[in-house]
Amino acid sequence: MMSNLTGAERTTAMTIAGFGALIGLAMAAAGHGDPMGVHGWIVLAFFGVLFFIVASALYSPEPVEDRALSYYDDPTKVGIILALIWAVVGMFMGVWVASQLAWPDLRFEGAWSGFGRLRPVHTSGVIFGFGGNALIATSYHIMQRTSRARMPGQISPWFVLLGFNLFCILAASGYVMGVTQSKEYAEAEWYADIWLVVVWVVYFILYMRTLSRRNEPHIYVANWYYLSFILVVAILHIVNNLAVPASWTGAKSYSLFSGVQDAMTQWWYGHNAVAFFLTTGFLGMLYYFLPKRAGRPIYSYRLSILSFWGIVFFYIWVGSHHLHYTALPHWVQTLGMTFSVMLLVPSWASAGNALMTLNGAWGKVRDDATLRFMMMAAVFYGLSTFEGSFMAIRPVNGLSHYTDWTVGHVHAGAMGWVALITFGSIYALTPVLWRRETMYSWKAVEWHFWLALSGTVIYVFSMWNSGIIQGLMWRTYTETGTLKFSFVDSLVAMHPYYIARAFGGLLFLTGACICLWNVVMTILHVPQKAPELDYPTSSEAMEPALPAAE
Amino acid sequence: MDISHEWFVGFSKSFGLFYLIALSIGITAYAYWPSLGGRFDRAAKSILDDEDGPAQEIKSEDTPCR
Repeated sequence: MMSNLTGAERTTAMTIAGFGALIGLAMAAAGHGDPMGVHGWIVLAFFGVLFFIVASALYSPEPVEDRALSYYDDPTKVGIILALIWAVVGMFMGVWVASQLAWPDLRFEGAWSGFGRLRPVHTSGVIFGFGGNALIATSYHIMQRTSRARMPGQISPWFVLLGFNLFCILAASGYVMGVTQSKEYAEAEWYADIWLVVVWVVYFILYMRTLSRRNEPHIYVANWYYLSFILVVAILHIVNNLAVPASWTGAKSYSLFSGVQDAMTQWWYGHNAVAFFLTTGFLGMLYYFLPKRAGRPIYSYRLSILSFWGIVFFYIWVGSHHLHYTALPHWVQTLGMTFSVMLLVPSWASAGNALMTLNGAWGKVRDDATLRFMMMAAVFYGLSTFEGSFMAIRPVNGLSHYTDWTVGHVHAGAMGWVALITFGSIYALTPVLWRRETMYSWKAVEWHFWLALSGTVIYVFSMWNSGIIQGLMWRTYTETGTLKFSFVDSLVAMHPYYIARAFGGLLFLTGACICLWNVVMTILHVPQKAPELDYPTSSEAMEPALPAAE
Repeated sequence: MDISHEWFVGFSKSFGLFYLIALSIGITAYAYWPSLGGRFDRAAKSILDDEDGPAQEIKSEDTPCR
């Protein structure tokens, strides 16, 4: 990795790491006695390790080959491994908190290990750690390939990838210490939020600079999805995290918003995190890896453009469906509900476009578990977007809201759609990135597929059952007009479903562990394969790999 | 001008509606513009073989005869 950096780049990296370590030291000193001080030491250790890694290779030989001849894949490789490590950690946390609901003794009496602190570690671990790293890594791969251009620099991709992981570490370690803004999927406190803004702006500039160097006349649609992910997540993150720190030496801050405005801002953010973090970026993955793996162009490119703009314009309005029957003005609730229902059209257009692409390649879907991951992801995308539109309808929401049905819906999307398309993409990407003949074990990919699918189905069905039972129990009245069941009655009724849910999650976690093992074994033990195509382009082939520009 | 709640509701319900309709028409026209069909087809096919590295400037002495 270091051997691909020039001397000047190593010096820059060392300077950045040294500066970061100083900030960490300042945080540790200023925040002494507060969780911020602990975070200071974490920042110091993080940048200190990076500093010494770079310093130890500062004077090793510099790269000699012409780097303009190849894509820069080192950060992509590290990003894939980091994504899988976060997957295992985040999903383990998920299984743990799910088990705590079934067997509360699994809390082990610690303040740090209670459900309220570990749950955000699970959600941030899988959404940001696993999903975010996978998005950053695949975006590096896709933006270079579709632009036929190398990334403009070699420092900024590392800065984005490692800086994002520092944010994830600060977030997760903060939750365990009780640091939280109490905003769902935005729990991290003000200094971590500011750091993420810096990282994200560099990410956006890196993406735009790569696109501006492109040798293709048209920007492939996957890039549109990735760009919307980067741009809108920046807007959402900045607005929802506007807050005033209680002091510059402590973690606590107070949101700029209050009351129903706070709720609306949070769920405008929250649902668009689902939209622009968990949907558009992963649709970018789908639009690139599914056609590539199937060996067929996307069924309708025009439809992909229409559904892109449909998703972008409709999604941004739907957040208020999280606040049905609250103090939020009725017309805003109705607006969110209406846009949620309309959203089904572009969502199904995307899912249908993906499945129609496979028409004529169903033999491959049967034989190739990697392509089957992607196919099943498109199916779950279609199912969970239908369910989402349905649940956003106010009277349906009256039954489903605050119950496990919502949890089941989220996991149909997160496990069935987001995780499956990510695993499929990782299996497609690993042999290409490391230039290996194939994955280490195809049987392991099959095992992973069936574990992931059965885990998701068990999870979602148990949550449907428990959610609808909860919703019905909470609205059952006696003849005298009082509630028939207490909350504890409904909790007792949930017990078997909570066990089933933890088991489904365990199957899914097992699959993720197999994936990490398989990827590592592929890197270590599968023989190298010379690329079939003229890579890098040599003039002796007597033909250009590509006309330079059309 | 006083920006009240009523003003915002009125603005959302009038301008919001028309800008969304205008955008829909604009995007549909772009997606189905006949002369862009070739460009979209090329883009859709371009990803199928893209592991040959970044596109290179061809040096003049190496340019093959056509």
